[in-house]
Amino acid sequence: MDNILEIKNVTKEFPGVLALDNVSFNIKKGEVHVLIGENGAGKSTLMKILSGVYQANSGKVLLNGDEIDFSNPKEAQLAGISIIYQEFSLIPYLNAVENIFLGREYKKNGVLDKKRMKEEARDLLKVLDVEIDLKKSVNQLSVAEQQFIEIAKAVSINDNVLILDEPTATLTNQETKILFKLIRNLKEKGVTMIFISHHLEETFEIGDRLTCLRDGQWVGTEDISNLDEKKIIKMMVGRDIGDTFPERAESVKKDIMLEVKNLKRNENEDYINFKLKKGEILGVAGLVGSGRTEMARAIIGADKVLNKELFIKGEKIEINSPSDALDNGIGLIPENRKSQGLILGLSVKDNISINSLDKILKKGLFINKKEEKKRANDLVDDLNIKTPSLKQAVKNLSGGNQQKVVLAKWLGIESNVLIFDEPTRGIDVGAKLEIYKLMNELVEMGISIIMISSELPEVLAMSNRIMVMHNNKIKAVLENNDDVDQETIMYYATGGEEYDRAT
Amino acid sequence: MTGQLSNKIKDTNLKDLLKKPEVLTFAGLILLSLFMSIFTDTFLTGRNLVNVARQISINGIIAVGMTFVILTAGIDLSVGSVMAFSGTMLAAGMADWGLHPILAILFALFVGALFGLINGTLISYANMPPIIVTLAMMEVPRGLALLYTGGYPLSGLPSSFSVLGRGYVFGFLPVPVLIMAIVYLVAYILLTQLPIGRYIYAIGGNEEAVRLSGIKVKKYKIFAYVISGMTAATSGIVITSRLMSGQPMAGTGFELDAIAAVVLGGTDIAGGRGSIIGTIIGAFTLGVLTNGLNLLGVSPYVQRVFKGLIILVAIYFSSKKKK
Repeated sequence: MDNILEIKNVTKEFPGVLALDNVSFNIKKGEVHVLIGENGAGKSTLMKILSGVYQANSGKVLLNGDEIDFSNPKEAQLAGISIIYQEFSLIPYLNAVENIFLGREYKKNGVLDKKRMKEEARDLLKVLDVEIDLKKSVNQLSVAEQQFIEIAKAVSINDNVLILDEPTATLTNQETKILFKLIRNLKEKGVTMIFISHHLEETFEIGDRLTCLRDGQWVGTEDISNLDEKKIIKMMVGRDIGDTFPERAESVKKDIMLEVKNLKRNENEDYINFKLKKGEILGVAGLVGSGRTEMARAIIGADKVLNKELFIKGEKIEINSPSDALDNGIGLIPENRKSQGLILGLSVKDNISINSLDKILKKGLFINKKEEKKRANDLVDDLNIKTPSLKQAVKNLSGGNQQKVVLAKWLGIESNVLIFDEPTRGIDVGAKLEIYKLMNELVEMGISIIMISSELPEVLAMSNRIMVMHNNKIKAVLENNDDVDQETIMYYATGGEEYDRAT
Repeated sequence: MTGQLSNKIKDTNLKDLLKKPEVLTFAGLILLSLFMSIFTDTFLTGRNLVNVARQISINGIIAVGMTFVILTAGIDLSVGSVMAFSGTMLAAGMADWGLHPILAILFALFVGALFGLINGTLISYANMPPIIVTLAMMEVPRGLALLYTGGYPLSGLPSSFSVLGRGYVFGFLPVPVLIMAIVYLVAYILLTQLPIGRYIYAIGGNEEAVRLSGIKVKKYKIFAYVISGMTAATSGIVITSRLMSGQPMAGTGFELDAIAAVVLGGTDIAGGRGSIIGTIIGAFTLGVLTNGLNLLGVSPYVQRVFKGLIILVAIYFSSKKKK
């Protein structure tokens, strides 16, 4: 096979950071090339150079043997390199056809030729073997469908090289399967794809070759058939990290920390009842849309509910807002750290201390800035948050470090219960392990954790008990012993009633 | 003490300093002042500079509340009308109801705070967009002021009351400038030393994240509008004293001058970033521009064109920085 892209000695420097350091490798025509590396390894920077967002400081990139020098993404797209970001660039109130042809509409006698565009869009989606309701505006479609439209749009402009930046991060398992089918279809049609992912299983399922970056440097390019999970992780972190998960903490006490009674969000839903023990990690599994996040938000009072009774250590408490939850030592580390967890423009210190400022007042009025700095500094050290200084804006940190800042905020207060919603989504292996270890330390200190997660290995490795939800209902609460496996969880998560291993 | 100080110096190197938008505006202000000093004989005289300070005090005070509101990613278009209504209520208090001036002043501040409370409550609890709520609230207090006065200035105030608008302390410092300085000092302390200031910045940065962190976001947003209502009322008090009458049509269009001072001072119109020191620099820049162009004999009509252009240039630079 020929090389469609040749990356030669590419170096990119930002003020104070060497983002890419003399990186060279090739992409073969028609392959699915997986690009992996921890957050901050330089994957995104490299992709942005390929797609014309950034320009390299030195080195060159050849596309079909010709040196490329794009000054913007549009030039790259016309030359044959398109990138699909995690955040889509579709216009929400337009339909699929209008989005696909945005900016290059067909016209007949000066007016839009809607018929022709619709026909072409339909043909295009048919070739890709994707079904989409063309009448609906895209905000009425699922995330996966929107992604397919993005891909269709990119392919319709030019189908040389397609870069997919963590395309599965927001998809359900079912949707991921459909996406992989689409990727295979595209591959058959000769499209070359660069696939960025944090999921190693996906790498094996979809990739042909793999390149790993670490700290801006090229580590290696290998055929995936020659690799296994351990080898890839070693490439990524540069050392054997041993196990992906720490040993499970056994710190569960008899006493009940939190009791949720008769929680009901609206008329159509069942009551939710459960108890959380002191020092326990309760894993909450379920498919996307099963009501896990909604339950968490209801507990901390972020959304209004029809009915709920909460007891902390046996005492009834009233929680009508997140601020009531804070007063009772209940915190949520939300699913989407950028939109719900962090104030991106503020500093590491300001983010960490936002909910503990009133505990460090001088004369009951003024922020004790010395104390604030000290506390933030201690937390940055304890959690091993990598930041040049406390004054750094959190938007400049990597995903894993951002997640640690969200966590630090809740460690700065005396908590009883912490609810982690997808705690390791989109963060790298090394940071994941650190967060797991931290969760274990927390339960050993007597804090109780509710861990909502879609990663079944994570749920199985970390939880003392596992609660499975389906359709806003608790389907099962399982002691996490050897009888419980991924299959058991999926059985309940898809709506099963009584699990019988024999059948 | 010395240790702290040297730390501070180490922390703020020149590059960081130049990144601050208010520094850019400050440089602009200096240049503008230099220009005016060279091309007019009168600009750089003590009397004129004191004059400029007094002229900007009305807008400068309103701009303080506007800074709080814009930092939370809001806007307050009602300040000009609230100022007029507070001013007429102040005059009515003294002239019609025979209140002691101090009581009347407190009443005027209360009126301003009340309108801020209404604005803030509608925005926080009814989830209405700030621009619409305060647009509507441009009409209500203005209408009430006109209704009460029948559209005529309300005079007959006790002569001692004129000290707030016309008086001097230490023989040279106009009282309005002193009031402005006090308002800025209080605002500076609120924004930089108290938790509430941090919350105001944070809310403008990401309201949902702040709410989920357990901060009472609604309360602090309302607080910002109450501050804005109160600074508008403070300006209403100064102008009523200066004119020795309650003017129902006072402050027309003042909301735009206040917004201009805030954004000229480098505060992000989208919220979350900015400073109160920037606002005073912004207010002075507008004041020096008006004063200088007056001294140069430029017609008021042309001045408006200049003012608009200066604002565009300033915003151009701060938007470019953001990118």
